[in-house]
Amino acid sequence: MTPPLLDGHLVVDRAGFRLDVRLRVAAGEVVALLGPNGAGKTTALRALAGLHPLTAGWLRLGGVELDRPDARRFVPPERRPVGVVFQDYLLFPHLSARDNVAFGPRRQGLSRRAARQRAADWLDRLGLAEQAGRRPGQLSGGQAQRVALARALAVHPTLLLLDEPLAALDAGTRLDVRAQLHHHLTDHAGAAVLVTHDPLDALALADRLVVVEDGRVVQEGDAATVTTRPRTDYVARLVGLNLHRGRADGRRVRLADGFAVPTADRLDGDAFVVFPPTAVTLHPDRPGGDAPHTWPATVAGVHRHGDHLRVRLTGLLDTAADVTPAVAAGLRLLPGQQVWASVAAGDVGAYPVGP
Amino acid sequence: MTASTRRRGTGQRVPVALLVPAALGLLFLVLPLGGLLLRTPWTSLGPRLTAPGVLTALRLSVQCATLATLLCLTLGVPLAWLLARVEFPGRRLVRALVTVPLVLPPVVGGVALLLVFGRRGPIGGWLDATFGVTLPFTTTGVVLAEAFVAMPFLIIAVEGALRGVDHRYEEAAATLGANRWTTFTRVTLPLVAPGVAAGAVLCWARALGEFGATITFAGNYPGRTQTMPLAVYLALETDLEAAVVLSLVLLTVSVVILAGLRDRWIGGP
Repeated sequence: MTPPLLDGHLVVDRAGFRLDVRLRVAAGEVVALLGPNGAGKTTALRALAGLHPLTAGWLRLGGVELDRPDARRFVPPERRPVGVVFQDYLLFPHLSARDNVAFGPRRQGLSRRAARQRAADWLDRLGLAEQAGRRPGQLSGGQAQRVALARALAVHPTLLLLDEPLAALDAGTRLDVRAQLHHHLTDHAGAAVLVTHDPLDALALADRLVVVEDGRVVQEGDAATVTTRPRTDYVARLVGLNLHRGRADGRRVRLADGFAVPTADRLDGDAFVVFPPTAVTLHPDRPGGDAPHTWPATVAGVHRHGDHLRVRLTGLLDTAADVTPAVAAGLRLLPGQQVWASVAAGDVGAYPVGP
Repeated sequence: MTASTRRRGTGQRVPVALLVPAALGLLFLVLPLGGLLLRTPWTSLGPRLTAPGVLTALRLSVQCATLATLLCLTLGVPLAWLLARVEFPGRRLVRALVTVPLVLPPVVGGVALLLVFGRRGPIGGWLDATFGVTLPFTTTGVVLAEAFVAMPFLIIAVEGALRGVDHRYEEAAATLGANRWTTFTRVTLPLVAPGVAAGAVLCWARALGEFGATITFAGNYPGRTQTMPLAVYLALETDLEAAVVLSLVLLTVSVVILAGLRDRWIGGP
């Protein structure tokens, strides 16, 4: 098996916070670091770029050691084959779009003419030929984002880093730019690491997701695995699933005293159970038939969620249920009200807690 | 109608407790200048302006202030960068030292310069013995004295501008392959250019008006070290009208240059 292009164990200590992330990215692969604000994603990105030295661990890119504190090895950012698209782009305000993109090639030793030619080519590829002479202040958000991408790609980086590349854009522009960015990331031959707190961006742009919470990797895998088998409440919330932990014994997973859900596959030991809020049905009284996967619950809150109402339930299980406005009207859902909840067995997924 | 007028009025009403001292302050600053204009001998202004000493002193003043500003830019901008961007032990002390000439009476500065750069001072003596260069009582001495007094103005302005610039632009430049020097010349300096310009103007204006350190360190030799403020002082003892005319020239030059640069670089509203 060929070693990954990027191979790192990023450990950074900051006041009261420790980042400890194992990261491998293959050539041509796009990895998204996904996590809530303050999880350490940006710190990881800065460590990769060399803007923040590692406290421990190591970082290798294309077989070259870029950072290894125990061997006192540190390659500064200007000598790393890395391109960065910053969150708010950080285009140099005193330079035109063309000169912003030519800045990197110029530092690589290209003549002014050659650098400007390369910049013009990149701007052309990104559909910005007409904006080449404009200053960053005269560009729209989407254009500035593409100039930033062109600037990062123009140095032909082995590793492309993107920090919340779409966060500064409005919703309409976002769709277009996301599609374009996907296209260019696919073209990029090196490794790419994308930092985002938006699961949509991560799912649309990345081949693999690495979920970081509180400085640690809590889950990693491709989009299908992460979206169907979340392992933390954060990921479950991101992908819109109810996540519970219980103990499996064969065909059932016990989630709480006197309540269990059936599983499709045989499962033993600690297990996660997931089901979408739409799979939960609410009843004013205990439904007949003595269904085993029915439990009493208390309404904790109701809010609008798309064309449904999302009901937060507490009691035996903290869970969310989506009901139609018509159903909600029939139930007169009010905080504190007692209801019975049931979940359709076919919508329940279960998988072991262990890897 | 009355309600709306009153409401509009309250929005702009200034408390008397602020208005009165503000007006007095303005008067205090403007009245002496008005007095200068009142006492100007307008009829004999032409011949007095073209008197040989006036132009010589003016030229010397502008030249020395400009050279002093260039010296301050060369040394002060890097020092400001160091203070703003590099963490080093004793940075607070250095920052305090830099501002000492601001609070020091300029005459004291002149004496201090004389003690160090004078012919018997440690540096002045060495310069004299090694290169045969004498600094006190020369035009170079004027430039040094002016730079000593004016440099803090530049450093404070530039350091403030540097602190105001998002240092992540410099990080972006680093990720694009720029070393610190290139980052400084290609990114940092262009970004703080307005601050540097404002600092240079303040520095120049301060150098132009410098008196105490100059007369102490460089003396008062017409054509060589006698700048406009020195000429004004000398004229005051013999010929009040000449002093008024010289003051008017100095005032005009300062106001014209400050007004001309203010809108372009200092960026007032």
